[in-house]
Amino acid sequence: MPGVLAVLEQRDGVVKRVSHEALAAARALADDLGCDVHGLLIGPPNTSGDGLGEYGADKVLASRDAELELYQASRYGQIAAEQVTAGGYDAVVLAATSLGKDLGPRIAARLGCPLASDVTSLTGTDGIVVTRPVFAGKANRRMKITTTPSVISVRTNAFAPGSHARPGVFEEISAGGEMKPSDARTVAVKAPENAALDVAEAGIVVSGGRGLKEAEHFKLVEDLAQALGGAVGASRAVVDAGWRPHSEQVGQTGKTVSPNLYVALGISGAIQHLAGMRTAKVIVAVNKDPDAPIFKVADYGVVGDLFEIVPRLIEEIKRAKEG
Amino acid sequence: MKIAVCIKRVPDTETRIKISADGKSIDESGVKFVINPFDEYAVEEALKLREQADGEVVAVCLGSDASQETIRTALAMGADRGVLIKAEHVPEDPLVVARALAAELEQGGYDLILFGKLSIDNYDQAVGTMVAELLGLPSVSAITRLEVTDNRATAQREVEGGLEVIEFSLPAIVTAEKGLNEPRYPALRGIMLAKKKPLDIKDVELDAGGIEILGLSLPPDRKDGRIVGEGPEAVTALVDALRNEAKVI
Ligand SMILES: Cc1cc2nc3c(=O)[nH]c(=O)nc-3n(C[C@H](O)[C@H](O)[C@H](O)COP(=O)(O)OP(=O)(O)OC[C@H]3O[C@@H](n4cnc5c(N)ncnc54)[C@H](O)[C@@H]3O)c2cc1C
Ligand SMILES: Nc1ncnc2c1ncn2[C@@H]1O[C@H](COP(=O)(O)O)[C@@H](O)[C@H]1O
Repeated sequence: MPGVLAVLEQRDGVVKRVSHEALAAARALADDLGCDVHGLLIGPPNTSGDGLGEYGADKVLASRDAELELYQASRYGQIAAEQVTAGGYDAVVLAATSLGKDLGPRIAARLGCPLASDVTSLTGTDGIVVTRPVFAGKANRRMKITTTPSVISVRTNAFAPGSHARPGVFEEISAGGEMKPSDARTVAVKAPENAALDVAEAGIVVSGGRGLKEAEHFKLVEDLAQALGGAVGASRAVVDAGWRPHSEQVGQTGKTVSPNLYVALGISGAIQHLAGMRTAKVIVAVNKDPDAPIFKVADYGVVGDLFEIVPRLIEEIKRAKEG
Repeated sequence: MKIAVCIKRVPDTETRIKISADGKSIDESGVKFVINPFDEYAVEEALKLREQADGEVVAVCLGSDASQETIRTALAMGADRGVLIKAEHVPEDPLVVARALAAELEQGGYDLILFGKLSIDNYDQAVGTMVAELLGLPSVSAITRLEVTDNRATAQREVEGGLEVIEFSLPAIVTAEKGLNEPRYPALRGIMLAKKKPLDIKDVELDAGGIEILGLSLPPDRKDGRIVGEGPEAVTALVDALRNEAKVI
């Protein structure tokens, strides 16, 4: 019986939460198609497949080797593509992380099959039909996949990890051949200068814009993010001014985020910024201009000077959390 | 060094999307088209490498006749010549685009082929990496730094909570992320020169691919929000709403 292969991501041998989301999407698709879900774990020898049955895996296939600790594009691509062919899978599902966005196209190109990236919903009741944001989230495209197999990457926070009580039977599979000298090789993963939570993965994001006036004033944004347990984001204006790193930019040419809570401080709400955050569950905006476009998408707005409002907000959040 | 850059014509980032009558595509009336912003980083990087190592930069685009203008933009920035692979409609299936580009690039004898990280209309982040796999070339996607010495290169890319450092040999493919460089604006002289630079137009047979578009829709409007108040006095009401109404803190 063919099935759905969920390609899982690990860090230091531990499966990442986004891969539980990928398993949830794979499970939903497999239930529609009436088939099994196999998880494919690629990683170092200590990679653990424990507990993945809970998240929906009927089987866990592990391809483990010391050289697979870091993401090695060519080997990962080869292992996954060969497994799809050997197992005759109908579909491959993986998380649309920076790894998934690199690996998905490789698997699809090797198999000569269609790829649907950054999918937010999918069904398999009448062939595979997916919805995905295009034009930076300004529109949603529904599309049908007309050939088998196919590769589907799913957007972070779009599928909630389930509890399924599947067997999750562990099986070691081949770790594939060694890398060729001409292959691109990941030699290191450097920690960023400030080991901060990534905006794209965070459940709460506090972003600052030109209204902060100076790079130093971002301390306010950082402090609020910390009080809320969230990540710091930024508008492009402040990134281009060199106040914040590119990795924090939210918007059409930055990251697309859909956290539970998005707080915009001194951000006007340009169309390119809105594109990156309009799917947040709750949006809060603080801006001194009552006509700022950000208020059109905000669930809760406060009009006024952020330098007066934010310190008070930090204080009250801290108090609310304690009490 | 012989370098190719793949560029795409896309709606400007300012565009307010309207759905066309077929319900499957955007209404292009009144839409301004530009070179894909990520492809500008790719063009800039190619030009910098040419300044450092001599050679030629070729801009390659799959698109309709109107894409000639996009190619002229790259030529005005400084690319040496252009190739338009002419297709009335640019397929939404990234593998179909990748196959057509790979067929063109394969014959070029390029040392390095650059792409943008992502096209802001299709949002696939796929074509460059697919071309690399189709041509069997080493590749790194979404790079923020590139160093090339002879036929070896090192690139960096940002991943969640870290920065990957990747080494590879040329020929190779990279895709450009914002932060890689500051793209130059075409100067007037560049725009004049661009008009005289060679631009080849080629026909192509595209395969059908495996994706059928069923529909395009606008995201649901956000439900109306409210102004909680003005100034620091509003903070108490805000925290209360976040806690007891929205239940997010
Ligand atoms: C190709 C292209 C791509 C782009 N991509 C992106 C993208 O990905 N992300 C992005 O963000 N932008 C993007 N932009 C830029 C975008 O058009 C805007 O220029 C940018 O978002 C503006 O940033 P801002 O809101 O911080 O600044 P501004 O628009 O200058 O807004 C500052 C706001 O702060 C408010 N303010 C000032 N002082 C105070 C105070 N004391 N208290 C409270 N409020 C105050 C002001 O009322 C104003 O609303 C892109 C542009 C282009 C051309
Ligand atoms: N029609 C096209 N012609 C030339 N290059 C393209 C085309 N479509 C995509 N690309 C290139 O592939 C990159 C990634 O596009 P995408 O996979 O659509 O997000 C773009 O930044 C371009 O460099």
